This record gives sequence, C-alpha cells and structure tokens, in this order.
Amino acid sequence: MNNKDLYNYILGIADNSLILGQRLGELCGHGPTLETDIAGTNISLDLIGQTRSYYQYAAKIQGEGKSEDDIAFLRLERDYKNVLLVEQPNTHFGYVMGRQYLFDVYHLLLMQGLANSADETLAAIAKKGIKEVSYHKRFSGDWVKRLGDGTEESNEKMQEAIDDLWTYTDELFDLTESDEKMISEGIGVDASAFKNQYYDEVTALLKEANLQVPEGKYFIRGGKKGVHSEHMGYLLADLQYMQRTYPNMEW
Amino acid sequence: MTQAQTAHIDPHLIPTLEEVSDPEIPVLTVLDLGVIREAVEQNGLIKIKLTPTYSGCPAMDVIGDDLTAAFAKQGKKVEVDLVLAPAWSTDWISEKGLRKMEEYGIARPLKESADKEALLGNKKLVKCTNCGSTNTHLVSQFGSTACKALFQCDDCQEPFDYFKCLK
Repeated sequence: MNNKDLYNYILGIADNSLILGQRLGELCGHGPTLETDIAGTNISLDLIGQTRSYYQYAAKIQGEGKSEDDIAFLRLERDYKNVLLVEQPNTHFGYVMGRQYLFDVYHLLLMQGLANSADETLAAIAKKGIKEVSYHKRFSGDWVKRLGDGTEESNEKMQEAIDDLWTYTDELFDLTESDEKMISEGIGVDASAFKNQYYDEVTALLKEANLQVPEGKYFIRGGKKGVHSEHMGYLLADLQYMQRTYPNMEW
Repeated sequence: MTQAQTAHIDPHLIPTLEEVSDPEIPVLTVLDLGVIREAVEQNGLIKIKLTPTYSGCPAMDVIGDDLTAAFAKQGKKVEVDLVLAPAWSTDWISEKGLRKMEEYGIARPLKESADKEALLGNKKLVKCTNCGSTNTHLVSQFGSTACKALFQCDDCQEPFDYFKCLK
C-alpha cells in the first residue's frame, strides 16, 4: 500500500471537518440565540474532535515525526484539501444552516461507507462519527425547514442561501487520484456512488421546506485540488495566527 | 451490558479508579461512566485504555491527567491509551451512575427509540429531575456539554439537562 495515498485520502476527509469546525467556531458568542450559539459550538467541537483523530492517524502514516497540530496549523493554503462548500463565510444564520445541512447529508453518507472500510482506524473514527453527524443533520435540517417554511423574509433568505451554496455541492462527489486508489483497495468510499441518493434526500427536504430546488447546472470546484476561494486565506490567517506568531506555543 | 461485562479491569485498581471523576459531571466516577475499557498492571506499569464519550470531548484530556495523578500518589506510573472502537454507548453507564446522575439533576438517557421521539418533540417522555413529571419539553438539542440536551418541565417550570442516548 502507498502511504502517500492513504495520507492524502485521510486529509481529504479531515480537512472538511477542520475548516467547517473553524467556521462554526467563529460564531461562538455570536449565535442569534443562546441555544443556537451552543449548538454551533457543540457541532464545531464534534468536528474538531473527529479532525484530531484523523490527523493523529495521518501523522503516524506520514512517519515524519509530525504532530496533529503541525498538520492543522502549519500547512499552506494549497495543501488544504477541503471542498469549497465548507470554507464559505458565515453570511447569515440561514446561510450557516444551509451550508451545514448540505454538508451533513454528504458527511453522514460518507461516514456510513467509511464504517465498512478495510482500514480499521478509519472505520473506528467513522463509527464514532456517525452518531454525532446524524445529530448534526437533524439540527441543520430542522432549521432549513423552519426558515424555508417560515416568514416571507426567512424564506427569501433561505432560498438565496441555497441557490448560492448549491453551486458548491457537485464538488463533494469528485474523486482525486488518491481517492480512486483507496477505493480500489477497499479503504476509501466512492462518493460518486451515493450522489443520486444525496440529491434525492436534499431535494425532498427542500420541497418540504417550501424552497425551490435550484436547476442551475453551473458548479464551482477546486478545493479538493487545493484551489480555494478568496475566503480561505482569511480563514487560515485566523486559524494559524497563534502557531505562526509564536511557533511551538502550547496552552 | 454493564462495564464489568465488557471491560477488563484488575480488581485491585478499582479503589483508585473510583477516586477519578468526570470533570464535567463530578458525581460520576470514570467507572460509573464506563469510559475505562481496560486497566491492567504489568511489571509495575498500569496500562489504561480510555474511550471518549464524544470525539471532541475535552474531558478526556483531563481524565487522562487525573488518572496519572491518582496513581502517582501511590508511586505508580500510568500509560493512558485512547481507543475509539468499540464506540462508547450510554448503555455502559452503570445503574449506580444513572441514579447518581438523576440526583445531581441530569435526566437519565431513554432507550434509543424513545430518545428519538423525545428529541424530535413527538412525545413527552423525559422525566423532570425536580418533580418527576414527564410533562416536559425540549428547549435545545444541544446543551452545556456535547452529551446533553436542554429540557424544561411544564409543571414545575424547572429547566434541566437530559443525557442523550448514544448507541
């Protein structure tokens, strides 16, 4: 087995959790209500916790004596493999919930596949994650319904958010070279295989939420190859600030 | 399944393990919580396998340090290993632990299907820790820690934590 491919494959999954966790963490203390604020940080904590398990494993696979913190904080923008969807900014609460829901549906399908991975460590992380991610999806899905099926204004804002975020969904199913190698070894999950299931599930909820399913066929991609949107640099500046300014600091 | 049936713990280590409690729910010891998956003494070294309740639970680091400190008092060294599989379940909390939790003001986890109904707000099943009424409602799916949800009693108006079922 080629360790480089396994390393890249793990990062492809873990970076999504790290970056979305960071985005939700930015909202700590800024949620519209106390309950939603706590929910956002709780979901962030689950995602960062999952990220730690992946990075610890990735560091071991890499075998260069690096730690989970090195992987999280000391890479350049082009080395992060997260999808564009998760790095999109916290425009407003509806946008945050839309982004979360569109990711959660994908995330849960991916975890369910990964739970059967031939790699025992990845399967264990996924089995633990499934329980957490199902709960995230329940929360974000409820909010998409509530806002979509709420007032005229909340419906309008939710619709705009979904229209915008929709353009980032197709990238979720792209497969990198490392993905394909890991799939052929029974370690990786073929996300393209559950693409229809993903869109069926999302479409059903959007209809229930009184929202139009976007018909546009224009999709933006690049994050999986390290080509990020303008927002990523600002996010990383925040995320990496302490380690870049005070190298090797601990707290 | 109880902790005793699933985890291998050297009996002579139990009294010290019982001194270490969950930093966020201090009435529960690590044994009540069921997070110790193995504790054995080999050639003077105590090897402990610890499993997290939730992936990002910050209590795990503290518990690891507390275990090391508790055995250090006896001049013993500890090696703590974090294990993820099998994933922790609320079924591993001991009956004694569940009772202590209720007395502390946290409602005990319901069975899986009932938990779903309660958290979706379909059925009133969670018992108020103050007056015992099940006339309660969900305030927030997420609570003060990853493992809890917020409820309020509609009879005595008391707000309280509910320990979510995890399977």
